[in-house]
Amino acid sequence: MNVKIFINGLEFHEETAPDKILLDYLREKGFLSVKRGCETSNCGLCTVHMDGRPILSCSTLLVRADGHQITTLEGLQKEATEFGEFLADEGGDQCGFCNPGFIMNVLAMKQELKNPTEEEIKKYLAGNLCRCTGYMAHLRALKKYLQQDREV
Amino acid sequence: MFTINHYVMAQSLQEAYAENQNKGSAVLGGTLWMKLGNRAIETAIDLSALNLNQIEETEDSFRIGCMTTLRDLETHPGLDQFFNGFFKSVLEHIVGVQFRNGATVGGSVYSRFAFSDVLTAFLALDTHVELYQGGILPLSDYASRSPDKDILVRIIIKKTPCSPAYLSQRMSATDFPILTCAVSKMDDRWNIVLGSRPAKAKLVSFPFSGIPDHEVLERWFHEIDSSFEFGTNARGSKEYREKIAKVLIRRGMEAVTAGGSHER
Repeated sequence: MNVKIFINGLEFHEETAPDKILLDYLREKGFLSVKRGCETSNCGLCTVHMDGRPILSCSTLLVRADGHQITTLEGLQKEATEFGEFLADEGGDQCGFCNPGFIMNVLAMKQELKNPTEEEIKKYLAGNLCRCTGYMAHLRALKKYLQQDREV
Repeated sequence: MFTINHYVMAQSLQEAYAENQNKGSAVLGGTLWMKLGNRAIETAIDLSALNLNQIEETEDSFRIGCMTTLRDLETHPGLDQFFNGFFKSVLEHIVGVQFRNGATVGGSVYSRFAFSDVLTAFLALDTHVELYQGGILPLSDYASRSPDKDILVRIIIKKTPCSPAYLSQRMSATDFPILTCAVSKMDDRWNIVLGSRPAKAKLVSFPFSGIPDHEVLERWFHEIDSSFEFGTNARGSKEYREKIAKVLIRRGMEAVTAGGSHER
């Protein structure tokens, strides 16, 4: 099957098997921020944006991305670096394996929710698992990151 | 992981139905649960091009296309307002936003998963399914059937006031439920749905116009004990499910009486 897919604004054409997973394709193309984690659609490590909405690339067929805009962490370097510094300052960055997926979901949440409450933040990010931090450092970092925007 | 030999982006329901009559065919929903299996699919049928990913609100109903995502169901302003946040309370437990952006309403309802929060919730409302060949029928009838080769086109929820409430018991947040419970009241009928028992969700209705007192409720519980089969699996025992069912039903009825609410 032929697919045309836009990754971080670049156009890719591909002849693909119908059961190829988007995650595998992205990694083959060098977008290595996209991680394979649980393989059961639970951990959020493989989160990318499709047309601005966060999705699990491990569970999305490449053919379903045909004609769509895919954004990975590599396409949001400035935003990712900015939030990553808040994470580092709050000790929310230990092994770091979950960070790309987590940051992608945070950036999607920032676009979707205006001034989210702590409860809303927790619910939005429930699909991102972290084995190291216990999440409290994440939450502190996120609150400070969002507060920064409110102060501007 | 499943494998696919041929992939068909259906251009019409007629085409989708025809392709689906072959034994090796499968209609794709969000593929999130399908991915966990190892089915060899000869022809995968994608309904994405049929504009069935919309929720249409009419004067008397919500018409939900089978390719609508669970996230769209959760965030639809009309549904949220009419059912007082009911769908948010149902869906917020299902893994995460990314998952719900992929999972489809059709995939959940067609599959009739025993653990389904979605099926439990829909059964408590005045819900029908529209099948390509089979026409429109009550969801409770559809839910009791085995999956077949018809195409589930959309879910239709009538705007019947019912103040629904949803509760579930889980071992941890976002895990599969040990038990799901939805309660609603339509005019002079109370509806109680229990799912993940661990069997598939099932609806039982009790004709009663007011708020049942202790005596009436005990009679209902007795009937519930004989209507629902509870079982044991890795998440909970039959005895535990039987006990928490009564707790969830009571809480659900209290929430319905208060005008409809949802768990936090």
